Amino acid sequence: MAQPVASVAALSSDGIAVPSANPGAASSLERPDLIQQNGQREVFCGLTSIVWLHRRMPDAFFLVVGSRTCAHLVQSAAGVMIFAEPRFGTAILGERDLAGLADANEELDRLVRDLLERRPEIRTLFLVGSCPSEVIKLDLAKAAERLSRQHTGRVMVLNYSGSGIETTFTQGEDNALLSMVPLMPRSDEDQLLLVGTLADGVEERLTSLFQRLGIGLIRSLPPRSSTELPPVGKGTRMLLCQPFLSGTARALVDRGAQFVRSPYPLGVEGSRAWMAAAAAAFGIDPATVAAVLDPLVERGRRALAPHREVLAGKRLFLLPDSQLELSLARFLQQECGMELVEVGTPYLDRLLMAEELALLPPATQLSEGQDVERQLDRLRAARPDLVVCGMGLANPLEAEGFVTKWSIELVFSPIHGIDQAGDLAELFSRPLRRRALLQLP
Amino acid sequence: MELTLWTYEGPPHVGALRIAASMEGVHYVLHAPQGDTYADLLFTMIERRDRRPPVTYTTFQARDLGGDTAELVKRSITEAVARFKPEALLVGESCTAELIQDQPGALAAGMDLGGVPMVSLDLPAYSKKENWGAAETFYQLVRVLLKDQLPAPGFTKPDPTRWRQEGRRPRVNLLGPSLLGFRCRDDVREITGLLADHGIEVNVVAPLGARPADLQRLPQADLNVCLYPEVAGPVCSWLERSFGMAVVRTVPIGVGATGDFLVELGEKLALELSLVGEADRRSRLPWYSRSVDSTYLTGKRVFIFADATHAIAAARIASQELGFTVVGLGTYSREQAREVRAAAQALGLEALISDDYLVVEKAMAEAAPELVLGTQMERHSAKRLGLPCAVISSPLHVQDVPARYSPQMGWEGANVIFDSWVHPLMMGLEEHLIGMFRHDFEFVDGHLSHLEGASGPAAAAPANGIASTAAGNHSRLADGPGTSQDTELVFTAGSVQAGGGQELGLNWSASGEAELSRIPFFVRGKVRRNTEAYARDRGVNTITEEVLYDAKAHFSR
Repeated sequence: MAQPVASVAALSSDGIAVPSANPGAASSLERPDLIQQNGQREVFCGLTSIVWLHRRMPDAFFLVVGSRTCAHLVQSAAGVMIFAEPRFGTAILGERDLAGLADANEELDRLVRDLLERRPEIRTLFLVGSCPSEVIKLDLAKAAERLSRQHTGRVMVLNYSGSGIETTFTQGEDNALLSMVPLMPRSDEDQLLLVGTLADGVEERLTSLFQRLGIGLIRSLPPRSSTELPPVGKGTRMLLCQPFLSGTARALVDRGAQFVRSPYPLGVEGSRAWMAAAAAAFGIDPATVAAVLDPLVERGRRALAPHREVLAGKRLFLLPDSQLELSLARFLQQECGMELVEVGTPYLDRLLMAEELALLPPATQLSEGQDVERQLDRLRAARPDLVVCGMGLANPLEAEGFVTKWSIELVFSPIHGIDQAGDLAELFSRPLRRRALLQLP
Repeated sequence: MELTLWTYEGPPHVGALRIAASMEGVHYVLHAPQGDTYADLLFTMIERRDRRPPVTYTTFQARDLGGDTAELVKRSITEAVARFKPEALLVGESCTAELIQDQPGALAAGMDLGGVPMVSLDLPAYSKKENWGAAETFYQLVRVLLKDQLPAPGFTKPDPTRWRQEGRRPRVNLLGPSLLGFRCRDDVREITGLLADHGIEVNVVAPLGARPADLQRLPQADLNVCLYPEVAGPVCSWLERSFGMAVVRTVPIGVGATGDFLVELGEKLALELSLVGEADRRSRLPWYSRSVDSTYLTGKRVFIFADATHAIAAARIASQELGFTVVGLGTYSREQAREVRAAAQALGLEALISDDYLVVEKAMAEAAPELVLGTQMERHSAKRLGLPCAVISSPLHVQDVPARYSPQMGWEGANVIFDSWVHPLMMGLEEHLIGMFRHDFEFVDGHLSHLEGASGPAAAAPANGIASTAAGNHSRLADGPGTSQDTELVFTAGSVQAGGGQELGLNWSASGEAELSRIPFFVRGKVRRNTEAYARDRGVNTITEEVLYDAKAHFSR
């Protein structure tokens, strides 16, 4: 790895358009042409990320300003009936709100006041924009400012868009984190900033490993407590835990953070490279890194072995969904021996994905965006052994004889890091093992 | 603007999707952003369908808004017609598209669809909900498909008894069953069998499993059976008005209603039905309910909240066929609120009409029921309150689509209902026995056998007759309330939360507390509340052992 830390200048020269405007020019590798699709997308909108964000920050409430559809989406995607009073809800716009925006703002203020009275433990309130709120141009940034003033000292009110006309699935987290960046205090002290939601247990484990490597100060965005935002500044080395944080990464770079380039911490090799990149950014001797990580790597490879037996040689088709597709494809090809038929991604951020792209076999067929019917035509023609797809498609494809892995599990499960690589592989080998086990007529 | 943490019904276009997905040969082009594609999982995951719902979403994005979204609609329609070759096309929009006013229905009307019948759906997303959307879609679809058969004004109504002159068996339509409806799949089979047993044929079942051509055969039936008013109410009324078709509106859930259903059918068709003894012959509910083992069901306090059809049916079964006391009745179906109010009034109750599950949970706690009949959400609320519950209505969970045959309607439906409502209470009996023996070392107070994960033994946990007499030694106070005064009492009691108790100006003496502690835990909270209410009414500040007995005597009058 020649230059793990990119300067701000290098970053901006890379171009920051998302999705990539000019796919052909971006890579010198001999790759089949990127399939760019602009038809029906079968992907959740950014509101869905509330499901894991609210668990990460138990003192935050996510208030979608939207329609009954938004409310129904979040509860259907998450199966939320288990909560007495969840820390997210929807301010459902009615006909009166549509008739007059002034009234809508007053209504929102009233509703927030009632909500905060009822839930005194809330410290941060996210107003989450939706398709309808954006189309009627309800200014939630202004509303957040106004409400912050009204409830000053009691609760911080932020806003971001999770709308399906602006964001796809995991981009909701990107926008949520982006809304917190301006509030992060300034500090130039040396620190490793882990960016992106990890399962608490995984975060603790990774933190302790970074400490073993000799990195003193490790902080996370989002923090576990919404009011304890980490500082950011010249001493900050930013390490992305998730590949879907395009906006947040750029905003942190603008605040002085150094972007640590790396593949993402999925799989043994990806996670090792990820930790090594952070260590290099702190000038830690590669021998130290090897001493700490090699035993883990060795153990991780052993954990992978039984799954590799199931997965090796099997042909994989990934439909665009969580934006983890490129990293998963790299892991499943490189470490589990799978063959990649097509790797779909909702959008391709060549800057954030540069290291992943470099690790994919040159012949990999990538596709960006979606035209679901045509993509399914390609899938049926290719007859892959395993399909990674969303919940709307999984059972219909199973009924057609395909083996599927539904991808939403990947954003809810602890899959990051060397120690989790075996579990991650198991998520993909299980459907195949199951298919082999069943003796049904 | 209204704060919603969880909702019983989706938006109206999801109702339209239910109609499209229930039928064969129908395709729905929905002008909607990509997030709305979540609706597919309602069918592929919850209903466990083996195919995608027949819907094409335009999935417009922000960058399309400046351009020509109307063109996107037209392209989507053209591609959907070419790819899916539907026999009827639904065209509509979701909440966001409604705001940009592309009017996809009008666009479709201006296109050459190769003769495919097209229904333009106008479903106001900001004022209506899922069931309304389903009913409206079904109605519009039937209207468009029967346009050419509309009789001229002043036509003679077809006689529902004409089957006799025509020398054939009577035949009826079963209207309303749909995907995501509660046990519709099995109800259709049960009712079809029931009708066959009485020599009645089914002409068309719709929307579930019907093709557009089947809807064009609707007028060939002698009458319509409105199985699920939430979905089929408007269609049945329109067919009655426009085609003069008679409607059977009794919903055959429970033995009484199934009998009434057959009687109504027989009357309207002028068909002699020998119904004597049929309920006893065909269903085990009547005998099981009369059997001595069921004595302990007497006066069980039951709280009911569901869609209107299932709430009304449950109230009748509970009060007339199982001998329960209905202590709460409500629905989230505003369109059928009047019928539910009437059913509640007949039971001396005021119906709860709400789509706020927290309001429902509060009413549930206040009613202090021993059994909850509700939706999946009431199941969760009941669990939090430590109450047994049976699910009787949509919205569905994957558990509500069982592999086994499990209807709610007809004779077998009554059997299924008996089992699924009574089994949680049988478990309640187990709880009671645990309470009886709670001083034995094997048992720890607060033991919960089946209410796994519940918040703890709450005030309103099951109490029942057998054990409260059997446990006479130390639960003499437990078998008190169970009469109608109880309702008033519980509603006047100050603390809503189970086991609450400590109120301003009221305290328990040592003897009072000691006596209270002898009462099995599952009724202790209730006794505590009753006694406190009694003390408050009489201005008693300190509750002694004697006050406790006074209260017991008062409430057992």
